[in-house]
Amino acid sequence: MVEARFKPGERVKVMKAYPLGHVRTPFYIRGCTGTVERICGAFPNPEELAQMRSGLPALPLYRVRFRQKEVWPDYRGNEDDVLEVEIFQHWLEPADEGNDGRPG
Amino acid sequence: MADQGNYRPLSYFQLMEVSLRELLVEKGILTNEQVDAAVEDMRSRTPERGAKVVARAWVDAGFKQRLLENGTKACEELGLDVPALKLLAVENTPQVHNAIVCTLCSCYPRMLLGIPPEWYKSRNYRSRMVREPRAVLAEFGLRIPESTQIRVHDSTADMRYIVLPMRPAGTDGWSEERLATLVNRDSMIGVAVPKGPRD
Repeated sequence: MVEARFKPGERVKVMKAYPLGHVRTPFYIRGCTGTVERICGAFPNPEELAQMRSGLPALPLYRVRFRQKEVWPDYRGNEDDVLEVEIFQHWLEPADEGNDGRPG
Repeated sequence: MADQGNYRPLSYFQLMEVSLRELLVEKGILTNEQVDAAVEDMRSRTPERGAKVVARAWVDAGFKQRLLENGTKACEELGLDVPALKLLAVENTPQVHNAIVCTLCSCYPRMLLGIPPEWYKSRNYRSRMVREPRAVLAEFGLRIPESTQIRVHDSTADMRYIVLPMRPAGTDGWSEERLATLVNRDSMIGVAVPKGPRD
């Protein structure tokens, strides 16, 4: 099991990457910044499972909360409306300034 | 079969299902009885299971606390097995309304709500629920006040979600069984609220 890199409350940025294959990080959320709501546990990597491999070691899975207004600049509704998405650790980076979200 | 005499050619996926099933049976990997039992098991799961969980949470504050902390374990208390997946119950309050979607496919808490409705799997619902939830909910006839926060949960990975709706007013003293009759499927997905005591 891979150790958790982020804690609840931490700001994280979803990588803006477009790998081929079975990926469970929706397109619309890539490149967005949100806050870790909780750590759900560790689960086999679905990208590996889809290739008939074990997906181990298990990766931490997070629920990340995004403000709708930050995901969709033209969002209509309450300023506080949010979207919560499950994202695996290898898709997340610390939301440092100057981080453009592109991998390595 | 109900549609005998109303013959239509099999669709692509029906043909794939029949072909694969017959091959598996022919090769001795599965028996027809096992296939029937699996289908029966799927059909036996209906939203009444979810309604039972919600009604218990309404009458038992301790259970509600445990449900919000660990949905899977709380369901075990009611004899409901939620295998392999983790269940997260999300609570509606006057300040927060929750709704569930799976934008990637159609992940759904089948163990508590059964087979998902067609609209839940539609591209329309899946793409718009994360983008304009207030407009989508209005189409279901649910108008959420502007001052209420909407939380949309995209079940993209290993969690499954159930909305714990608010208990309708005017149901003081109702039994758990009677309360459960107010809890409809859509209120546990978050696109409706439970029926009122006089609906």
